[in-house]
Formats: sequence, structure tokens, C-alpha cells
Amino acid sequence: MIDNRERTIRFDATGLHCMREERTLFDELSFSLGPGELLQVEGCNGSGKTTLLRVLCGLKRPDGGAVLWCGEAIDAVFPDFAAQLAYVAHTPGLKESLTPLENLSMAAALGGPRNGMAPEDALERLGLPEGHEELPCYKLSAGQRRRVALGRLLLSSARLWILDEPFTALDVSGRALVNKLLLEHAARGGMAIFTTHHTMDLEGASVRAVHLS
Amino acid sequence: MHSSSLPNAFLSLLRRDLLLAYRHRAQVFNPLIFFTMVVALFPLGVGPEPELLRTMGPGLIWIAALLAAMLSLEGIFRSDFDDGSLEQLALSPYPLSILVLAKVLAHWLITGLPLIVLAPLLGLLLHLEPRGIGLLLTTLALGTPVLSLIGAIGVALTVGLRQGGVLLSLLVIPLYIPVLIFAAGAVDKGAAGLDVTGQVAMLGAFLALATVLAPLATAAALRITLD
Repeated sequence: MIDNRERTIRFDATGLHCMREERTLFDELSFSLGPGELLQVEGCNGSGKTTLLRVLCGLKRPDGGAVLWCGEAIDAVFPDFAAQLAYVAHTPGLKESLTPLENLSMAAALGGPRNGMAPEDALERLGLPEGHEELPCYKLSAGQRRRVALGRLLLSSARLWILDEPFTALDVSGRALVNKLLLEHAARGGMAIFTTHHTMDLEGASVRAVHLS
Repeated sequence: MHSSSLPNAFLSLLRRDLLLAYRHRAQVFNPLIFFTMVVALFPLGVGPEPELLRTMGPGLIWIAALLAAMLSLEGIFRSDFDDGSLEQLALSPYPLSILVLAKVLAHWLITGLPLIVLAPLLGLLLHLEPRGIGLLLTTLALGTPVLSLIGAIGVALTVGLRQGGVLLSLLVIPLYIPVLIFAAGAVDKGAAGLDVTGQVAMLGAFLALATVLAPLATAAALRITLD
């Protein structure tokens, strides 16, 4: 039974079409992701990468085509899909006057049935210096805030990560860490879709790319 | 390994919004000061005759409460929209309408409840009778949650616009008018010794209707705004 279910976990986009003010951002975009597969979205600034990610999350309706989770439209299976999704947007979604711990606890409470790490452990794993988890977020550097935002990924066992420029503001060790997290996620049978302008070292994982022009 | 369920999500969101309000205390006091100032300045403007103030008092307090609620409305979703928290709310597996209800409840606790606490004092200032003050409290308790609930729909529709402030007033004020008419009317008639069960029941009906329908409309509006 479990094996059967494992095999049916898929994330598909079929014939996605999206316009922005009379300009076609992407047209007839299709791909299919299975367990353990990663997808890198490439394209220059303004080519619609963030729009594509928002469409894939279900935040934005495409002008054509469909996004499918396990073969069903994400709208139709939304609570199930949302419980399997972790989205880290370009804006980190953190409350500046709350501490990293408070922010992640909130994310954990909102995220549905969780079986990932406790917020404290997630922050430690993301390399937030000791003591910083009790400081309000506006006192943290941009890179540290990014690390807190990425900590959301570890709170759940979400199968699908959608990451918009996860490397923004991160230093070398931070980028290496995200790289490692992605590889571990893929090894566990997770899927990830991300945009980045940095080169990644994803040796050993099945990585594909779509290019938006 | 933490417990996570809909009641837990609701309470966490409520607690978070109250905590945020506590950390931005100055902003919370702004509508309250406005409310107090309008009512306190009114006798200076129209003269201190007790009879005049007693007639005008209920309507005045209600209009001030309504405008004070308008002042604070945008705060329901503004910061969440700007910092990306709203997207995270919309991507929660829990029903967005229930999460919205938690945010509206927090907004009412922060802005509506203090108005109710202040109202008896302002009622005394305007020479309202004890019965009038009692009715004022009843109508505020039933009416101010409706203001927050309806306002949330307007904010959800306009928060994505760069200059949504004027549009928000135009959208929301017409929907506030029935509340104002029934509430001020109830206090007025009640102070004159008439039966006001009808008006109060009507306000209760508004509240019941708004509690059920407004979060659904707000959730739909938020999804449109995020699209």
C-alpha cells in the first residue's frame, strides 16, 4: 500500500500559460516531478520566475493549463496539497518585531499536521548563533533573517519545497547549508522547485531545469 | 513533534496579533485618542448645555467609534501583506476564513474593546442617563465587532492597491450605516424610556450574520488580492 502511494506522489504542471499586461511570460510550460527530483527555474530578471512559483503554489491562477498534485488539480485537493507544501518566498514572511522562535512557532501552528523538527532545533540547524533566537527579527542581519525563513522548511515533513531565490543574502556557509538541505530532502524522496542565480552543487540528485525567456 | 490543529492555529494567530499589538503600543492608542478627543472636544464646539449634549450624545459617540474603527482597519492585513505573512496564511492547510476570524477577533480586542471600556466615561461627560449608558454599552458590544468584520472585507479587497485608503472608506462606510442607525436609534429611544428590543435584536442579527458571512467574503477577497 505504502509503495503504491509513494509511486503516485507526483507534482505536474501541464500547459501552463501566464500573461502579464499583454506580454506572455510563459506558454505551454509543462513538467512533471516525482519523489527525489529537483527542478531549477532559470531566467533573467523579470522573466516570470516568481510568477511561475506563485502559480505552482496555488497563490496565483494561471491564464491557462493546470497544476496537479498526485494527478488532481491543486484547488480540488487544496488542504492536502498545502499540508505537503513549504513555500519560502522572496519576502521572508517574518514579523520584524517577533523573535525567530516566535516566528517559527507561528509557522508550525499554521502549517497543519507537523512531524518535523521543533522550532528551536530548526534554528540551530540553520546556524542561527546561540542567543539570537530570542532577539526581535529587526535586529538580525538580512542573511540571518533568510536563515530563519528557511527554518520553516524543517518544521514539517512537507514533500514539496518551493523556494524563491533561497540564496539571497546568504554567505558561503549559508549557501552550502541550503545546498546540503536540498540534497538531503531529495534523498528522503522530497521534491523541490527553486530559482537562483547562483551555481549549485547538486551532485547525486536528479536535477532538471526549465528556462523562461 | 508539536500539537497542531485548527484550534491551535486559531489561538496561535490570535496570540501573535495581540503580541504584535503589544509591541507596537503607540499605534494601538492612536484610534483611542482620536475617539476620546472627538467626544471631549464636542461640548467645546457646540456649547455645554446638558439637554443638547444628552440628545446628541449617543449619535456622537457612535460616529466617533465608527471613525476610530475606520482609522485602525488597514492594520488588519497591511503588515501581513507587506512582509509576506499573508501568503503563508493563504497556503496554510486550514480554512483561510477561520484564520481570518482570528485576525478580526484580535483587531476587535485591540480597537473595539477599549472603546467599550471608555464609553461610560464619555457618556457621563455628555450627561447621558444611566439607562442610556447601559444601552450604549450594549449597542457598542454588539456593533463594534460588526465594524471589524465588515471592515476586514474592505481591507482584504484594497490592501493590494498602492492607494487603497480612499477606496476603503467608500467601500466600507455604506455598509456601516445600518449599524449606526440601529445603534444610535436604540440608545436614543431607550433614554426616552421606549422599548428598544427590536433595535437591539437587529444589531444581534447583524452580528450573527457578519460573523458567519464576513470571514468567508474576506477569505475570498484575500485570494483575489494575492492573485
